[in-house]
Formats: sequence, C-alpha cells, structure tokens
Amino acid sequence: MSGNSEMSPRRPRLAVWKLASCDGCQLTLLDCEDELLAVAGAVDIAYFREATSAAVDGPYDLSLVEGSITTAADARRIREVRAATTTLVTIGACATAGGVQALRNLGDIDDFKKAVYARPEFISTLATSTPIRDHVPVDFELRGCPISKRQLLETLSAFLARRTPNVPTESVCLECKRRGNVCVLVAHGTPCLGPVTQAGCGAICPAFHRGCYGCFGPQDTVNAPPLLTELQQLGLSPPQLERLLRTFNAEAPAFRAAAESLGAGGEK
Amino acid sequence: MTERTIAVDYLARVEGEGALRARLDGDRVEEVELRIFEPPRFFEALLRGRSFEEAPDLTARICGICPVAYQMSASHAMESALGMHVTGTLRELRRLLYCGEWIESHSLHIYLLHAPDFLGFPDAVRMAKEFPEVVARGLSLKRAGNHLMEVLGGREIHPVNVRVGGFYRAPEREELEALRPELEKALGLAAETVRFASGLEFPDVEEDYEFVSLVHPDEYPMNEGLIRSSRGLEIPAARYEEEFEELQVPHSNALHSVRRGGGSYLVGPMARYALNRTRLLPKTRALANDVGLEPVVTNPARSIIVRSLEVHYACEEALRILSTYRRPEAAFVPPPATFEGGSGAAATEAPRGLLYHRYELSRERLIERARIVAPTSQNQKRIEDDLRHLLERQIRADDATLTDACERAIRHHDPCISCATHFLTLEVDRR
Repeated sequence: MSGNSEMSPRRPRLAVWKLASCDGCQLTLLDCEDELLAVAGAVDIAYFREATSAAVDGPYDLSLVEGSITTAADARRIREVRAATTTLVTIGACATAGGVQALRNLGDIDDFKKAVYARPEFISTLATSTPIRDHVPVDFELRGCPISKRQLLETLSAFLARRTPNVPTESVCLECKRRGNVCVLVAHGTPCLGPVTQAGCGAICPAFHRGCYGCFGPQDTVNAPPLLTELQQLGLSPPQLERLLRTFNAEAPAFRAAAESLGAGGEK
Repeated sequence: MTERTIAVDYLARVEGEGALRARLDGDRVEEVELRIFEPPRFFEALLRGRSFEEAPDLTARICGICPVAYQMSASHAMESALGMHVTGTLRELRRLLYCGEWIESHSLHIYLLHAPDFLGFPDAVRMAKEFPEVVARGLSLKRAGNHLMEVLGGREIHPVNVRVGGFYRAPEREELEALRPELEKALGLAAETVRFASGLEFPDVEEDYEFVSLVHPDEYPMNEGLIRSSRGLEIPAARYEEEFEELQVPHSNALHSVRRGGGSYLVGPMARYALNRTRLLPKTRALANDVGLEPVVTNPARSIIVRSLEVHYACEEALRILSTYRRPEAAFVPPPATFEGGSGAAATEAPRGLLYHRYELSRERLIERARIVAPTSQNQKRIEDDLRHLLERQIRADDATLTDACERAIRHHDPCISCATHFLTLEVDRR
C-alpha cells in the first residue's frame, strides 16, 4: 500500500460487492444521507453496481461484501474479489453467518427448489448458504440484519485512519441499560434474545416493547443454557425456542448449537 | 454478417443482479431476455413450518429497499387467514409507515439511480459536482422518509415495530408531531422535485400498457383495495391467482407474470396514477395540473414525474395522518383465541407496485404453504416488451447506442431484482 490519503494524491479505492442478499446492507451506505458525499470525497468509489454505472478494475484498497455464498459462481467470484482486495470487510448477517437463506442448510435443497419453481432443473444453486469467511480470509466483520449505519461509518473512518474499528462485542443488554429501556424479559416476561445477542443495533426492539430477535447474531462469550431455561419457564416450547434462534443468524455456530441443544428435532 | 448481440453483463443502478441479452437479425429483433442471476433464496420454502407471527420479519428480508411492503402484505394476508380486522388509528399508522417507505424508495430511485441518466452522469456522486443542489434536495427528501420509518418502525431498513394485527408499540403523539417540520419541508422539496422532473428532456415514446394496481373508493391505494386492470378486470386479492399466473423461463431465476390467457402488464407508479389519479390529495392534484401532467402517462421515461408526484402525495398524506393522530389504547388487534386452520391472501402497493402474498396455515398457525409475487417479476415481461419496441425503433443504431438506450429503458421501471428472485447483463446478438 502506498502512503496515507493526505500525503498521496490517490484516494483509497472502495468496492462494494453483492452476493445472495436483500441489498439492505449496501443500501445502508446510501442511507448515510448526511455523510454520503463526504465518504465519496474521501474514497474513490471504484465499483458499486447499485449506485454507479462507472466501474474501475481492481485492485481495490477496501472491499465491502454483502451477501452469502449460495452458488458455485459466487464461490469463484469471492476468490477473485479477495485476490483483488487489500482489506476485505464483510457486512451483515448474510455475509457473516449465511443469512436467512441458510435455513436451507437444515432442509433438503431439492425439496426447496420444488417448493418455489415448477422446473427446478433450471435452477443452479448450492445445497448450503455459507458465510464469506468459510471461503476466503476476512479482515473484519460487521454484524446485523441490517448492519448499523453508525458502525459502518466507524469502520470506514477507521479504515481511512488505519486503525481498528471500535465495534463493541458486548451484549444487547448493555445497550438496553444505556438507552434506559425497561427490561422486557424481567418486567413483562417477553421472550428476548438480548442477553445472548451482540450489541450494535442500539437495543431497538426492547425500546419498542418487543423482545430482541437476535439479528446481530451471538455475542462473543454467549452462555445460552440459562436463558433457554428461563424462556422455557416463561412457557416457550422447544420448537418455539428453536424458531426464535433460527432466523437471520441460524447458522452462526453459537445459535446453531443452542438450537440443536433443545432436541426439538425440527427441520427449521 | 448482419446478425448481432447486444449485451449488458451486469446492469447498474438497479437493486440486485441482472443482465440483458438481445439477438438481432438484420432489421428484425429475434429475442430479448432480461436475465436475473440474483441467486435464488427460496423464501416460499423456508417459510414452511414457521409461525404466522414470523412472516412479516422473515419476508422483509426479501428486499432491503422495500421491507415495509413485505411486512404489510404478509400482515394483511395473515389477518385475512385469521379473520382479523385492523381499522381506525392502527390502519392510519400503517399508511404512515408506508408513506415513509414510498418517500425513501422513490427518492432513492429519482435522484440517485434515475436522474443521472437524464443529466448525463454515471452516478449521483459525480452528478453532485455539477448539480449539488439537485443531489442535496434528493438526499434531504430521502432522509425525511427514512426518519419517518425510524420513528415509527425503529429503523429504516427492516423496521422492527410491525406485527400481525398492528404494532408492538404505538408512538406518542409528540414523537410523531416532532416529524412535522421535516415533513413540511419535504412537501416543498417534493413539489420542487415534480417541477424538476417535468423539466427534463424525454424521448418521444408511447407504450400501450395494461396497467394493474389496487383501487380504493376513498384513498390513493397503499394497503387495501380491489385489484383493477385498465382493461376491465376488478377482483379481490383472493382471486389474484385465478387471473394472473407466474411462468418460469429458463434464462432467469425470477418468475414471469402474465394475465391468464393474456400478455404482459405493468404495476407500479404509472399504473397506480392511471387508475387512481382522482384519489390524490388536493395539493398533489393541483400540482399535477400545474405541471400539465397527462391523466394517463404512457411514456415510460416520464415515470420519473409520476414517482415524484407520489413522493409529494406521501408527504401530504403523512401530514394529514399526523394532524389527526391520537395514540390508540392498544397497539395491536390480538389474534383470535381459536383457529381451525385456513388460508389468506392480500396485496398491497409496494413502491414498485402490487405485492401479493398468500399463506395456508395449520391449526397450530404454522405456515404450510406460502406464495409471494413481487412487483418486478410482474413487470419483467412488460420491460422485455418495452425493450423489444425500443430495439425495433432504433435497430439501425450502433451497439453502444442501443446498449445505453436499453439500460436506460430498464431503469425507467425501477426494477428491484432482489425482489424479482425471489435481474440484468445486456447482450445484443445481431445476425
């Protein structure tokens, strides 16, 4: 890499890639209405199909990757992206855990194809949806379904300043306390995954009188069994708990293990 | 010698992954294919065995651009299955949330994806260097829509506050009232947007569209109404599958919709406006007259004016809802205590057009079968028809000109490919 952006005439080249996903995480960048033009001034947007028809060939200094690997073509494409990229950051639950489409991993892919398409033989797909780090080395991961705007801007700033992004790995409970939310689990008996879910969203669900549904995936030092016991005492059946754990981060190892420990034996 | 292929391998400034391929033989257009290579994610399959309560949040993940549309169609379809009725203030709050998504999604398309084509730039960032006030206006409008969704829904992408029956928490009057200054400013910016869009230069094109949208006797349609076609059909959502069918084509991971026994049709802003113009609110109707907008827009390029007008409508409607809002006693209508199983269908108006959901539920209220038809899969065949006509008109043009014209023609319809697979690379093949 050449010198820093203030000394070098060349601004860092940013590329934004999309694999199997809903576009929501890359939209988060376009949703930074107040910062978008400043970001575009600090970096050279070399590849971002959703936003521009201009495309510059690599290499790229920073690649943001949205989406999971669900096709052989995408498994090849991510290797090409990695080879052309200095710093690769995966953004969102699809890229970091396989996303909601990873629910196929628990079922039978031919059955899935038949459920949606009259001619399943036209559909080319892998049996699994897997996160990017299962395929290539990843430099940093941003969680969330969708990612947080604040964390995305922090990650871009950190990249420009050549420091590590300040993205906490504490649980949603701490954000809830800071926001001054009343604990929905303790006070209202509302099932909540906050104690085992990584912070970052700003504890939005409890602020709306709803239990956390785990869209930022498992917190680092997750200890699921006590929470699962408490939720069962609240009256949730093992299949209900299993569904709660198996949504957008179903294949994140800690959530998968917790769901399997219930022994509900459901496909999803 | 005269055979050629026009190809765009990866369409830009559309939401999702798609390509276009056209094969030309001399003066004849042999074949036009919009190809959706967005990987399939099998939502209808993964919904099986899930609780009715999970459908709004799970289906929202089909599209990060219009999650509210998925939450609304899913909620209404479930309520239809369970025999629930959401009325009064909760119904108004749903419209308010939808206003936020219409403002955000339309502003994104008008300013960041579509306007660069008219002003001659590859993107809005480069356009901002020459037209900073245009891009700033677009971003302010977009922010107003996002802000509304954040206050009412918790966040702009995949809001968390929607549930079958209503909301998890109804906002305080003060929370919504705090949005008034920004929405009043947005109403002014939206009027400027309509004038800006009306002043753009448009190619002279007329298409003979069959328009399909919801119609409602009292309001411009969002959540409820009958499905009407400009060619004389009017049905409830429950009869949608009798009149419309999805065909699978080998070149695409998206399904193509057609009228049974008929051809392509168009959903979205042009269809809504053509079938519901008289239901617009007074200021928006006056503005349409003021800029001389024709009662039925048949030039797809002029969809940018209609989209702008709908942003104005959504601001006016949001302000109307704010002015009468009183916090309801309950944030939602509870589901019935007993249920014997059954099915329900609903259609609502996503920013890109009619979005149909149908679910079959077991006695345990688990999803046994799900059917989702997104706006872009309904428009896909109609977009191919537009492209065929464009290629026929301009067949003597060189490949680069044709490729550029085709990409622009596709963007007129604001296709959302993530939704459609649930889209484009242009290849022109000349013989």
